Amino acid sequence: MKACRMMMVVLALSLAAAPAVMAETLKVGAILAVTGPAAFLGGPESRTIEMLADEVNQAGGINGKQIELIIKDSGGSPEKAISFAKQLIEEEQVVAVIGPSTSGESMAVKKLFEESRTPLLSCAAAEVIVNPVAGFVFKTPQSDSFAVRRIFMTMQEMGISRIAVLAGNTGFGKAGKEQLQAIAPTMGIEIVEAEVYDKDANDLSAVVAKMKANPDVQAVVNWSIVPAQAIVAKNMRQAGWDVPLFQSHGFGNIKYVESAGVAAEGIIFPAGRLLVADKLPADHPQKQLLTKYKADYEGKFQEQASTFGGHAYDAFIILMKAIENGGTDQQSIRDEIEKIQGLPGTAGIFSFSATDHNGLDLESFEMVTVKNGAFVPYEKQ
Amino acid sequence: MTLELFIQYFFAGITYGSIYAIVAIGFNIIYNTTGIINFAQGEFVMLGGMISISLLPIMPLPLAIAAAVALTMLYGALLEICFIRWLDNPGVLRMVIITIGLSILTREAALHVWDESIRSLPYFVGNEISTVNVLGARVSPQVFWVIGACGLMVAFLSIFFQGTSVGRQMRACAANRKAAVLCGINTRDMVTFSFVLSAGIGALAGCVMSPITSTAYDNGTGLAIKGFTVAILGGLGNSAAAVAAGLLLGIIEAFSVSVLPLAFQDAIAIAILLIILFVRPHGLFGSGTAAGLKEF
Repeated sequence: MKACRMMMVVLALSLAAAPAVMAETLKVGAILAVTGPAAFLGGPESRTIEMLADEVNQAGGINGKQIELIIKDSGGSPEKAISFAKQLIEEEQVVAVIGPSTSGESMAVKKLFEESRTPLLSCAAAEVIVNPVAGFVFKTPQSDSFAVRRIFMTMQEMGISRIAVLAGNTGFGKAGKEQLQAIAPTMGIEIVEAEVYDKDANDLSAVVAKMKANPDVQAVVNWSIVPAQAIVAKNMRQAGWDVPLFQSHGFGNIKYVESAGVAAEGIIFPAGRLLVADKLPADHPQKQLLTKYKADYEGKFQEQASTFGGHAYDAFIILMKAIENGGTDQQSIRDEIEKIQGLPGTAGIFSFSATDHNGLDLESFEMVTVKNGAFVPYEKQ
Repeated sequence: MTLELFIQYFFAGITYGSIYAIVAIGFNIIYNTTGIINFAQGEFVMLGGMISISLLPIMPLPLAIAAAVALTMLYGALLEICFIRWLDNPGVLRMVIITIGLSILTREAALHVWDESIRSLPYFVGNEISTVNVLGARVSPQVFWVIGACGLMVAFLSIFFQGTSVGRQMRACAANRKAAVLCGINTRDMVTFSFVLSAGIGALAGCVMSPITSTAYDNGTGLAIKGFTVAILGGLGNSAAAVAAGLLLGIIEAFSVSVLPLAFQDAIAIAILLIILFVRPHGLFGSGTAAGLKEF
């Protein structure tokens, strides 16, 4: 009983104290797929922004105000994302929302944020989120078309002009294949073979044999986020086929390299610089930020920092920058985000404008290759 | 088509085919003693791969595989004893629903134990890029391990069912359960034993295929569908037919790549399953009269 009464007192006290604290807080919402099939995105994202909010609050907050982070777990479902978005906008009246994690969810809530004039900083990659530009919607990950262009530029340097394309049948794979087919002719690349495989495919030796039989193929591009990325590499090398293998930025997970073993050696793919943070030159503008994020995250959560957590990192620091520069409410924060120039983040250097709500360019991707089982920056041979 | 390409497709086909055949044999063993399809069969394959991968850091590869097979057999026994053994005269539908439930349960438990990442055993011989040259085509040595293990299991099972007392008792159960009881055979033990046996061969298949296909917590479902197709295609209950049907399906899938887009590969298996169910429900090698006498 006594303990119970103590609890009541503490509760009453904290309730009484709450309004005083509330006056000094800034409510920031987040809709992330912390659980469910997209948990590999939302998990690192929510841990990252919690870590960053703690850091800001311990340092005395931003402009003297504490950040109150309200994270909603959408489980990757667009329906839930919509209802959480309404809740955050109408009931909590947050100044801005970070997320959602996936492109489908982001597109589902885009209109809501536009109508309610609340800034949204999406952590999803699809180009359609910011193209056409919607006044209050931003996104932090690099666009697929940048990855495609970087790959084709590398091919041009290597003198490759005829390629085979393999893609998984997920949204990511399909969007990538469309981009590859759309951009190839403009860069003098011809796609001579194209195949789509099931996301659960676990042996691709037959299709590799088919592509290998076409003597025109000078290189292979594989676009997926599934284990087949490692399997393509294994099957190609087992078949004794040694043309260069390019992968999408979806390959940026060291586990796929471990799974492909020696077959992963020499794979070339575009990636954000987080993967090669420790191998960047010391004067690179992203170097310090990347190594600090990696060390903090890995020290705190005992798991490897991923580019996905990085997208939430970028959304958070962009928002903080906008508030620091004078953003106090939804409208002024939006205006301040558009004014941000040359802000280093994990994905690249962000420079927004009224027509560019992603703020990144081709330079945000680094071409990376696998050497002795580790990621290293790709250098022209 | 060049000879080289033909052989390349052929080996790809018998690699998938052997794996499908082993899953189908697992279905058949349990079908023969209980008259039901155990839809958790694919999960045994996944467990075999996962357990051996987890044990590998603390013991050599052959021991890790042996331990994984033993633990999966134990798991098979536990499933049967906890969920099926105590049912009095269960209906087919009820048993099928139970095994589907067990499959989901196993998969979710595996997700919690191993998370969603993809793992694989190292290649038994050589590494990811070593190959054997067969008439100009290049084949991974692991393919021969898969085919060899599959062949050995089929040989072992046929000796077991023909030549040993336990094997004969299991077949008696399958032929006529009531008569088997009258002869003093403990049919409940035989059912448990059939779960142990099919868990064991599934786990071994899971280990030998892991270097080629990788193992993830949700591998089992896809394999169960293919294995089920093959079991039906060959004729339920007939293990030699399952091998033939498995190789047939694998080879059809591999060669289909040369004429159809790769994305249709899985649709082929399902299309074959549907055609067989409509045209020849007792399977390519089964007898229609015998199938007519069975409940399911």
